[in-house]
Amino acid sequence: MDNSYLIRTKDLVKTYPVGQTKLYALNRVNLDFKPGEFAGLVGPSGSGKTTFLNIVGSLDSPSEGSVVVMGKKIEDLSHKQAAWLRNKNIGFIFQTFNLLPVYTVYENVEFPLLLLNLSPKERKEKVIKALEWVKLADRAKSKPAQLSGGEGQRVAVARAIVKEPSIILADEPTANLDAENSFNILDTMEELNHELNTTFIFATHDEKVIKYLRRKITLVDGKVAKDEVYEQKNSKGDN
Amino acid sequence: MIIPKLALRNLLGAGLRTWLNVVVLSLSFVLIIWLQGLYKGMGDQIKEAEIDVEYGGGQYWHESYDPYDPLTLEDAHGAVPDPIQNKIDKDEATPVLIAQATIYPEGRLQPILLKGIDPAQTVVNFPSQFLVQENGEIPALIGTRMAKSTGLKIGDMIIVRWRDAQGTFDARDIYIAQIMKTIVPAVDQGQIWIPLETMRELMGMQNEASLVVMAKDIEELPVVSGWNFKSLEFLLADIEYLIKTKKTGGSIMYMFLLLLAMLAIFNTQVLSIFRRKKEMGTMMAMGFTRGKIIQLFTLEGALHSVLAGIIAAIYGIPFLVWFAKKGWAMPEGYDDFGIALGEKLFPIYTAGLVFGTVMLILTVTTIVSFLPTRKIAKLKPTDALRGRLS
Repeated sequence: MDNSYLIRTKDLVKTYPVGQTKLYALNRVNLDFKPGEFAGLVGPSGSGKTTFLNIVGSLDSPSEGSVVVMGKKIEDLSHKQAAWLRNKNIGFIFQTFNLLPVYTVYENVEFPLLLLNLSPKERKEKVIKALEWVKLADRAKSKPAQLSGGEGQRVAVARAIVKEPSIILADEPTANLDAENSFNILDTMEELNHELNTTFIFATHDEKVIKYLRRKITLVDGKVAKDEVYEQKNSKGDN
Repeated sequence: MIIPKLALRNLLGAGLRTWLNVVVLSLSFVLIIWLQGLYKGMGDQIKEAEIDVEYGGGQYWHESYDPYDPLTLEDAHGAVPDPIQNKIDKDEATPVLIAQATIYPEGRLQPILLKGIDPAQTVVNFPSQFLVQENGEIPALIGTRMAKSTGLKIGDMIIVRWRDAQGTFDARDIYIAQIMKTIVPAVDQGQIWIPLETMRELMGMQNEASLVVMAKDIEELPVVSGWNFKSLEFLLADIEYLIKTKKTGGSIMYMFLLLLAMLAIFNTQVLSIFRRKKEMGTMMAMGFTRGKIIQLFTLEGALHSVLAGIIAAIYGIPFLVWFAKKGWAMPEGYDDFGIALGEKLFPIYTAGLVFGTVMLILTVTTIVSFLPTRKIAKLKPTDALRGRLS
């Protein structure tokens, strides 16, 4: 196995039963991702972007083929092993932020650290650092309901990066944000990508996000239609 | 410690919904302890009174004596055996002779039990000292219930008719020397007490008795033929059964309240699981296993009972203490209930009662909280994130 790859999918197939037939959400997808990539899956709704992220994120399992993440075969992982992989190595950012409403910003960011057996002091240092990255240290005591959309998504970013995972999977992270907040978030994520060498994989059809990608993978009907790599960010959103 | 902290945080974060459940559950706590304490107090009060006034440390019954069969009373007497007489001589026992008799209050015939007891006895807390014979007339002692039903007053003379040991009818005038106020109806209703030796003489039953009451804490109990020792366990069995029946009846009320509280918690849990699927999906994405999420939601439900315990303690302890001191005044006519109830009932709260109630509510709440969470065991993370149940 080539260890230079963080994620490798081989003939990845994901099907869903629809009546007597099967719907192919992913059909023979072969992709590799190296550490530090800032990549995105683009394509229309139903092209398999979210399904791919779910499988790579060990939230779902492939129907056929193989997916190796951080040296672990997703299809062979037990429920507990998959949870451990997510806890240690993968951060998620969702379209709707998915912040826990009864917790403060600080507690939301601290949440992923609770299962990592860190001391309270270590947890505090990491949370403060994550909040400073996303420039929300002054909102630590606020509740999610008191935040703007942009702030909410920045908290979600801080929650995803607080444990400094190797991979961050972001599913339509700017879909609920205005242009200014979208750019702020993307700038933040790009900085983190440079600073921490974290691999970011987006699922998006937002042109604003596409402009930032250094690798753009176009999915159509569950198949890879294009896989383009740019030297620098695709600032023109050029296809 | 992560799960309990999160559970408490979530529970408090749910606001009014949590506090409504907690208040109803705390009422169950207080009501269970109060009612059970009341029955415990009533039971203890009745038993203490029965032991103090009537049963002593147990009774020897003549083999033919059956308090529930008045027709056998005629034969239910015999000479007190020496081993028991020794106890009587040492003031460790006192004999009672019982016979059927008839009185005629206000011209009407009324069957009664005529009972003879030693005026000098100290074995039971019974006002037999009023039966000391002073002027040749036969003094009699009756209770307030008997006085009320017959219209007799202190100083009244009344004819008593009986059949003696040979079956001969005889009658004498007796006078009411005292009317005693006792909470034990079994020594009052339908009974007239006269001095033991007088009764033995009238009945022709020298040195005989129907039963012998033993003093409390007498350890050496002789075995004698023709006489059966009846322990307190036996004598109080009816009362124990009565208390148990009343407890069961009373428990329906708090079980109903507990059921309401449990329904509210079950409903809250079902709603929580339905509404917080996205939250569960997010937790799973962050590395929580289904097992941990089940633990979290079960504990959230179970913590209702902990909060309810705290709330119940805040208002319940002052209430229960105040009630234990003040007691519950019995209503008019309480002494017609046929059991030894005092004018006031004082609840008794034991550590076992409080601990048992806490454990009962905690266990039931945990089970009720766990049941709806079983759905989580089948929940796929991807479905949860979409807000769907698998």
